[in-house]
Amino acid sequence: MTEITLGHYLTLGAVIFTIGIIGIFLNRKNIIVILMSIELILLAVNINLVSFSIYLGDLSGQVFTLFILTVAAAEAAIGLAIIVVYYRNSGTIRVEEIDKLKG
Amino acid sequence: MIAHTIFFYIFSIIAVISAIMVTVSKNTVHSVFFLILDFISISCLFIMIGAEFLGMIMLIVYVGAVAVLFLFVVMMLNVAQQKNQWFLSEETSSHIPVGLIISTIIFFELIIVIGGWKYKPDLFNSENLSIKNEISNTHSLGQVLYTDYIHVFQISGMILLIAMIGAIVLTFRQREGVKKQSYLKQISRERSEGVELLEVESNKGVKVDD
Repeated sequence: MTEITLGHYLTLGAVIFTIGIIGIFLNRKNIIVILMSIELILLAVNINLVSFSIYLGDLSGQVFTLFILTVAAAEAAIGLAIIVVYYRNSGTIRVEEIDKLKG
Repeated sequence: MIAHTIFFYIFSIIAVISAIMVTVSKNTVHSVFFLILDFISISCLFIMIGAEFLGMIMLIVYVGAVAVLFLFVVMMLNVAQQKNQWFLSEETSSHIPVGLIISTIIFFELIIVIGGWKYKPDLFNSENLSIKNEISNTHSLGQVLYTDYIHVFQISGMILLIAMIGAIVLTFRQREGVKKQSYLKQISRERSEGVELLEVESNKGVKVDD
């Protein structure tokens, strides 16, 4: 019980991953919170990779966590730039009013 | 070992609660603050488990760059109070029950995978990337990152460059009516269009046409 095993970290990653997915579905108003939920999902993936890397004694998990960090930063920058451009053109970023593509 | 357990539970409870607050808090600025708290507690977990370099990089990249970027955009776009209407509106979105069902299913699938997971018997054969105890975490990552993973590392640098150029190109706009300095126009001026010599009669003065 008192020993922290790999399962504890994987459960923490699963919980945060699920909270991120719930956040995507729950926030129908503001698209920035959806981007933050995507960041939470990537964070959960990072937790899984680092804990596997430590408990298996293999360094490659940490290396790939570094690359996921890079991709997450690039994705946040591009997504926020798109949001800024959309807000400038249409005056809103509420999810229900973004229907230009009629999806 | 008992301290490790206590700190694991403290940090993970803080992380889970702040992740919940990111999704449900009414104010978007508060969501960004809870996101920062989440990243900090997860990076404390990383440092505790033995991945110090990644914990510190996480602090620098996420808290120092990404969360501040989110804060800038939230404050620039004036959307801080927009989520209030979701709690006040009568019509409920049809996506919420479906989303809850899907995320519950995903959670239980993940729990089943974690519970029934075992090592493959021949998994421990990867000795070229094994974590050595005599050198530090940063040292061993640096030894691997610039040798075995050099191409992936260069490609991630290219991804960052492309993201930077893309963000600048997307948000750049040419304003109308703003006076700007044009170096090309300045250095390509000729003497013939800049200077005019006039024969001036005495006591008459010069009249220059605008």
